Amino acid sequence: MSRIRIIDTTLRDGSHAISHAYTPQMVAGVAEALDKAGCGTIEISHGDGIGGSSYQYGFSKFDELELIAEAKRNIVNAKIAVLLLPGIGTVKRLEKAYEAGATTVRVATHVTEADTAHQHILYAKKIGMEAIGFLMMTHMAEPEKILEQAKLMESYGADCLYCADSAGAMLPDDVKRRIGLLKQNLSIPVGFHAHNNLGLAIGNSLAAVEAGADCLDSTLMGIGASAGNAQHEVLAAVMQKAGIETGEDLNLLMDAAEDIVANYLNRPIIIDKYALTIGYAGVYGSFFLHAKRAAEKFGLDARDILVELGRMKTVGGQEDMIVDVAYRMQKQKHAEKTGVEL
Amino acid sequence: MEARSGPYSFRKRLVELKKIAVAIVGSGNIGIDLMKKIIKKSEYMELKMVAGIDKNSEGLRMAAEKGIAVSYEGVDPVLADGEIRIVFECTSAKAHLENAPKYKAAGKTAVDLTPAAVGPYVVPVINIDDHLDRDNINMVTCGGQATVPIVHAVNSVCKVNYAEIVSTISSKSAGPGTRENIDEFTETTANALEVVGGADRGKAIIILNPAEPPIMMRNTIYCRIDAGKSDGAAEKIADAVKKRVEEIRKYVPGYELIVPPILDGDKVTIMIQVEGSGDYLPKYSGNLDIITCAAMEAGDRIAFRLLKGNRDADRKAGDRA
Repeated sequence: MSRIRIIDTTLRDGSHAISHAYTPQMVAGVAEALDKAGCGTIEISHGDGIGGSSYQYGFSKFDELELIAEAKRNIVNAKIAVLLLPGIGTVKRLEKAYEAGATTVRVATHVTEADTAHQHILYAKKIGMEAIGFLMMTHMAEPEKILEQAKLMESYGADCLYCADSAGAMLPDDVKRRIGLLKQNLSIPVGFHAHNNLGLAIGNSLAAVEAGADCLDSTLMGIGASAGNAQHEVLAAVMQKAGIETGEDLNLLMDAAEDIVANYLNRPIIIDKYALTIGYAGVYGSFFLHAKRAAEKFGLDARDILVELGRMKTVGGQEDMIVDVAYRMQKQKHAEKTGVEL
Repeated sequence: MEARSGPYSFRKRLVELKKIAVAIVGSGNIGIDLMKKIIKKSEYMELKMVAGIDKNSEGLRMAAEKGIAVSYEGVDPVLADGEIRIVFECTSAKAHLENAPKYKAAGKTAVDLTPAAVGPYVVPVINIDDHLDRDNINMVTCGGQATVPIVHAVNSVCKVNYAEIVSTISSKSAGPGTRENIDEFTETTANALEVVGGADRGKAIIILNPAEPPIMMRNTIYCRIDAGKSDGAAEKIADAVKKRVEEIRKYVPGYELIVPPILDGDKVTIMIQVEGSGDYLPKYSGNLDIITCAAMEAGDRIAFRLLKGNRDADRKAGDRA
């Protein structure tokens, strides 16, 4: 029986679903339950990585360093990971996360910008952390380009390389071509991070495993940016049925999802028309709530904003473009209606 | 700022006398762009030397073609030239930390375009007048030059508790220096938002976008203000920002307000686009253009000061004779 490592990111990607409002108490509950269920790595940060608390991405209700420390107190075996986006998070912030209890960092860049991760991967290795390279929005690049960027991260000392479908825009064949090429050419483990905008998070994760992936991401109840991620308890069940060991207790995962995480949600994680538009247009998943808010404020349809953002080839982190686009659309709409420029 | 023109202006008469000799150290993209700007546009500076280390670099070849003295052995010929009064550092933070004491010992003013920050942060429109006599000034970062003046303008009418900026630049215009040490950008810019912009707390984010054709540099500025204290805050902020943009456009022609201040509770959102002048680098490199524009403006102001000093010294010598 082959074995797969599952990284749970309920407390990081899932943070988007509740507008970064995790409390120490919530984190303690989730971390303890995941640890008991046998989950090996738990990622905790603002949804946009350490240092992400901002106007641009939304302010955290509690400092993520406090949340990391609280999780640390409530686990026995699991490792704590943080996400770091160069340009948002810094080495200094990473040092603090490490002091709070994180031992793994995933350094995430847009799929073409791997060289901005150099200093962070080097630093993580220097202080003895596990460093995982994390390429985002990989649907926007051809497999050969992804490999070139992955090789850079490998050369900096990354212990593992993740390919993320940040928009939930890939089909199983897209996943297989990317993961397959990475597996053939890298000497480090390869992971896949799915989103469910096209209803394919589990299917794509399975496709990644078939192409040789060693690690997968998931969240309890599937909570995450826009349509959410691969649902952890479902993924565990699917892996077991496919004869792949994850080292986790399925019942305990299901309990953690329904008895704990379900209580945190103020909206169901479903593929609504906006989430689907994100997957269809290939737009960064975290734009979801921001686009809905801007649409309300400027009297527009969020789908129009999202499609325009896709056409402009925006990348992860460009949440400010949502207001820019909405502002221009409103101006244009007003001009068309009245013949008067605002 | 003093008056720039007028048929009988003092400035014009000074320039007729002589310009201040300056040197550029570093012959990469920034050095070349600055070279073109100084040759074409400077009122008070004459580019006398360009120093580099790579004989085959395009920058040194271009300088030689224009009849400018070229050093292939780094800064020593610059230091040895007593006429050169101002040196523009266009190398790296590491190189500037080594060079700065040498410039100082040689009695030259350093205008530092690296993130070394040996001298105080200078954003010309805000504080060049305070630093004309320093031996070393630092030009912050491209994002700092684009956003700090706006925070400063908002802060002049409503106290800014927190300023956050997001600079998005095209991947093509982000050089290896920026990429290799991206934390320097966020930390230096955040610091300047506080020290020069006047915000109690600053935060900076940088994003690289690889879209083709390359995007223009854009900056989003968020300020949290003490809205309770001021009546008509929205109008005051809008006026201050508009005025500030016009001031900056005098030395950064491609600086443009694309989303005027939106006030939402105590949050102000402002968006700026910077189109490059296209002197050497393409127009999408507004991020590089704004820092060379700012450096040239600072250099011109310092050169003017030095010219005035020369004239006063000449007068004194004349009195004695």
